[in-house]
Amino acid sequence: MKTPISPLELVRPESFEHALRLFAGTPSLTPIAGCTDVYVGLNFGTLKAQSFIDLWGLPELVGIEVVDDVLRFGGLTTHSELVASAEVQEWLPMLAAACREIGGVQIQNRGTLAGNIANGSPAGDTLPVLAVAEAVLVLAHQDGERRVPFNEFYTGYRATVLRPGELIRAIEVPRVDGKQWFRKVGTRAAQAISKIVIAGVRGPQPRIAVGSVAPTVVRLRQTETALAAGASDDDVVAAMMAEIKPIDDIRSTAEYRKTVAANLLRRFLAETA
Amino acid sequence: MNEQGRPARVGGGALVTRGVDEAGVPDYHAPMIENPPPPIVGTAHPRLDGYEKTSGRAKYVDDLTFPGMIYGRTVRSTVARGRIRSIQTSAAAADSGFTVVDYRDIPAVNVISLIEDDQPCLVEREIRHMAEPVLLLAHADREKLYGAEVVTDVEESPAILNYEVSDVELKRLTISRGDVDAALAAADVIVEGEYRTGHQEQLYIEPNGVIAVPENGGVTIYGSLQCPFYVMRALRVLLGLPDDKLRVVQAATGGGFGGKEEYPSMLASHAALLALKSGRPVKMIYDRGEDMLATTKRHPFRVRHRTGVSRDGTIVALDVDILVDGGAYTTLTPVVLSRGALHCGGPYRCDNVRVQGRAMMTNTPPNGAFRGFGAPQTLFAIEAHMERIADALGMDSVALREHNALRPGDTTITGGTIGPDGSALEVLREAVTRSDYHAKRAQWRGTNRGIGLALFFHGAGFTGDGERKLASRAAIETTATGVRILAGTVEIGQGSHTTHAQIVAETLGLPFDRIAVEHPDTDNVPNSGPTVASRTCMVVGRILQRCSTDLLERLSGMDPADHFKQHGPTRVEQEYEAPLGLHFDEVNYVGDAYGTYAWACDIAEVEIDRDTFEVRPVHFTAVQEIGRAINPVMVRGQIEGGTAQGLGYALLEDVIMRDGGMANNSMTNYIVPTTLDTPTMDVVIMERPYRHGPMGAKGLGELPIDGPAPAVINAIRHLGIELNELPATPERIMEAVCSSE
Amino acid sequence: MQLRVNGADYDVTSHPMTRLLDVLREDLRLTGTKEGCGEGECGACTVLVEGEPVCSCLVPVAQVEGAAITTIEGIDEDHPLLRAFVDHGGAQCGICTPGMILAALDIEPDASLDEIRVRLAGNICRCTGYEAIYRAIRDA
Repeated sequence: MKTPISPLELVRPESFEHALRLFAGTPSLTPIAGCTDVYVGLNFGTLKAQSFIDLWGLPELVGIEVVDDVLRFGGLTTHSELVASAEVQEWLPMLAAACREIGGVQIQNRGTLAGNIANGSPAGDTLPVLAVAEAVLVLAHQDGERRVPFNEFYTGYRATVLRPGELIRAIEVPRVDGKQWFRKVGTRAAQAISKIVIAGVRGPQPRIAVGSVAPTVVRLRQTETALAAGASDDDVVAAMMAEIKPIDDIRSTAEYRKTVAANLLRRFLAETA
Repeated sequence: MNEQGRPARVGGGALVTRGVDEAGVPDYHAPMIENPPPPIVGTAHPRLDGYEKTSGRAKYVDDLTFPGMIYGRTVRSTVARGRIRSIQTSAAAADSGFTVVDYRDIPAVNVISLIEDDQPCLVEREIRHMAEPVLLLAHADREKLYGAEVVTDVEESPAILNYEVSDVELKRLTISRGDVDAALAAADVIVEGEYRTGHQEQLYIEPNGVIAVPENGGVTIYGSLQCPFYVMRALRVLLGLPDDKLRVVQAATGGGFGGKEEYPSMLASHAALLALKSGRPVKMIYDRGEDMLATTKRHPFRVRHRTGVSRDGTIVALDVDILVDGGAYTTLTPVVLSRGALHCGGPYRCDNVRVQGRAMMTNTPPNGAFRGFGAPQTLFAIEAHMERIADALGMDSVALREHNALRPGDTTITGGTIGPDGSALEVLREAVTRSDYHAKRAQWRGTNRGIGLALFFHGAGFTGDGERKLASRAAIETTATGVRILAGTVEIGQGSHTTHAQIVAETLGLPFDRIAVEHPDTDNVPNSGPTVASRTCMVVGRILQRCSTDLLERLSGMDPADHFKQHGPTRVEQEYEAPLGLHFDEVNYVGDAYGTYAWACDIAEVEIDRDTFEVRPVHFTAVQEIGRAINPVMVRGQIEGGTAQGLGYALLEDVIMRDGGMANNSMTNYIVPTTLDTPTMDVVIMERPYRHGPMGAKGLGELPIDGPAPAVINAIRHLGIELNELPATPERIMEAVCSSE
Repeated sequence: MQLRVNGADYDVTSHPMTRLLDVLREDLRLTGTKEGCGEGECGACTVLVEGEPVCSCLVPVAQVEGAAITTIEGIDEDHPLLRAFVDHGGAQCGICTPGMILAALDIEPDASLDEIRVRLAGNICRCTGYEAIYRAIRDA
């Protein structure tokens, strides 16, 4: 482990209210929960944060429920809980599919939905699903709550609209109308980071989102418009090509990502037609 | 025991078929005793270290601590080539708890002694590769140790990073037989091809690590390692100490695959220098990133084939050019090139052969030993090339292989002779039948499923005169309960302790549980040579078998425990004896390069997703002839494990080099197969005893990694996609598909 | 802070951000839990927290205060799974074995191959090609 532990600070609130108070008082704290990303950074010595606030185990952040036709997840809902949930299976099977492909069982047991969102990696496996599900994030602050559409959450590479002292309390997903579709292309069949990850909904209002092709997850608005307007598959794909900007990195190439994104879009179109 | 030639199910489903050599008599006998115990060789005795490992009790090096122990750290170059102007360590100067070692602290010679002695233990001035060791630090507090700032002022110079343009040669060899030019001129068809393989990381799950303990006026090393006596030699030269001041003890070792063959000599040297200077035990455990960045990898190869064939499929000329990326220092590269060259013609006959091999220097960390040792690279090339030859002739590639396969009595590319245990045809036919190869080949054409085959062999033991020069020794000794084995080869998961005990038990006619195996500790065991080259069972096992025969005579019918009670310990030590008539000219590459070969045929069945270009292995058939399966469970484990590593090599494992160092040096980004990337496997063990192996056993450890890559590439070719480079990542497959469209 | 490991209570004075892995190995000297990568990829450091497998290299010790932790040392040596791993060659070099066994502990012997694979996808073994591990689980 490259990061020295002794200078680190960990604040452990007793309740969510307490957490909000502490966080509002010291907004420089880094919230941690399942730690599946945090400790990778600490291990490599790449994480600059020194002071952390521990949210793991706060009961206010746990649980999956359906309230008024909205599926609501506490921020700390783990990938394992999402995979096992009957509500998720029924309402949002594409989310279960995405969570099943995150790491192995050990990571699924610790990684949380809010963690995946807050970490903000463009390769985050649940993010395209939340984008096409038009999820709403419940952001809590000592001074009150606000709701922000997931699709307006990211402002750039790992940058978000979160204000100092604000935490993701819950994720709300309205009923999704249409066929759900998800495909991840990782570096191998399991325990893999996405080279490209795509989610789609084929309904009255088609929705498509892609990860690992831009600094943030991308909702393909132009592509959706073309599809809704009855454009040919070729034109729909052409619209997508204008909306994604993949790069070469150590996991794949821009060319591969482009080609495969197009192929998967065609497959989505064919399989949900 | 089975009837001859009849298959029998053993070891949980692996099929064993048994044959005998030409004389009709297996070259092994249990001693003549009354009421013989049940056979021990050929049965699945549980591994001796099994419960230690499953219970977590086995002590690996990082599990050990010593009083007063401190921790060591290596400061490394951050450029591929340059000249050090100065090094400053202010933090260390301010804290007396630090021990600092540079090249001036080396008591004798600043070198890691191996073949050419050109690699320094610590850089003096000239940096020749990224992550080269420059300075060593030790401290009791790891946070202080890693927090210490070291400022290195380096004058960087242009580095050679591409071996194909390097003009610095580390080794050159030529194999020449018959008249290649005349044969090419007379050939009906000439088929050319160029094949490339990249680096591969061993990725043992336990990173490299040692502890050096200063004692007895010298130093003792506890380490995760394959070759205790290589470490001894390195320390002797580096420290200028006599052998009685040096001791190397193997800790439980969490995988090696070649990656702990030569590298531990470097790491042990560093820890020893820190221990001697600080006067305290020093633990050095690499983290995964450092291990992947700094330690050895499989050598990249470029292999060019020009093959002359006649219309009937006979290979009449084999012209091969081999280029190898050696990295910055010689290390084991000449021997890797040699083994690669000796296997480059595949298991086929050809009377006109020209092989030119060159290993080039690059400013990258030295490449080194990895299971297969050059053979996987050249066997990939020839087996991919055989498909092209078949296509050029319009011939079925199985028929082409059958036509040319080496048979007993045939001559190898160096003029050696294939012994009566040569099994190329047998493994080929069994694999083809068993997998229903031809039917699948026909049915799957034009679908998303493909099937491909590779026929291969692997020379067992050190190349050429290597075993004679090693002159390995091993011993057995009577004890109060039976017999103890004393050998310097190590258990690294392959099951060699158990296998050796089975050989000795059966030869002595003793129950298995009366054989103990002494822990490899250079103070207590003779030098049995390194644990490499598929030699531990075949070569060292044979020495132990001879020791046992010898001891039987000395005991003259008495039980060893009774003998011990009356006479005290009786020890029998034997040295390697080369089989009569085995000769190899290492200068001209003429003669028998190996005492024998193990033979195998792999068949890969794959599935492609044509949208994502992902190819997944679905099912795998491995038919492998290894002389005698001393322990079928261990044998099967070697075959299945080697196959999985070979599949990683084929499809996933891609070392990305940037600025002369591995850029994806993490387990997140260097991709090896998980459970979901590994196919079901059908393993067939065939046995044709080798006259000079213990109970007929031949070398096995490396064989299984030679076949998967060409079998997979040939299966991908069956899908209509031609690739000449490993690994076959989706990105490469996409390029091949797009460029052919 | 109090830790409950393999049914025994321990007083631990480690920094709360210390990895559970390091507390187990260095403070409690339970060295059966191994470090293979430090990044949650290899699974060698797998332990059970309240019966669920986690990578102990990714868990700050503060988060498991009071939770029931099981390491390989807490598994009876006569457990059928340990015996089956030995008999079938499920352990070779042995470094992944403690984590693999903990991840496999709850898998039923009649589980489908697909299920076994999914449950073990977070544990990398470089020696066996996994086949012997499947045989061991099915025979346990």
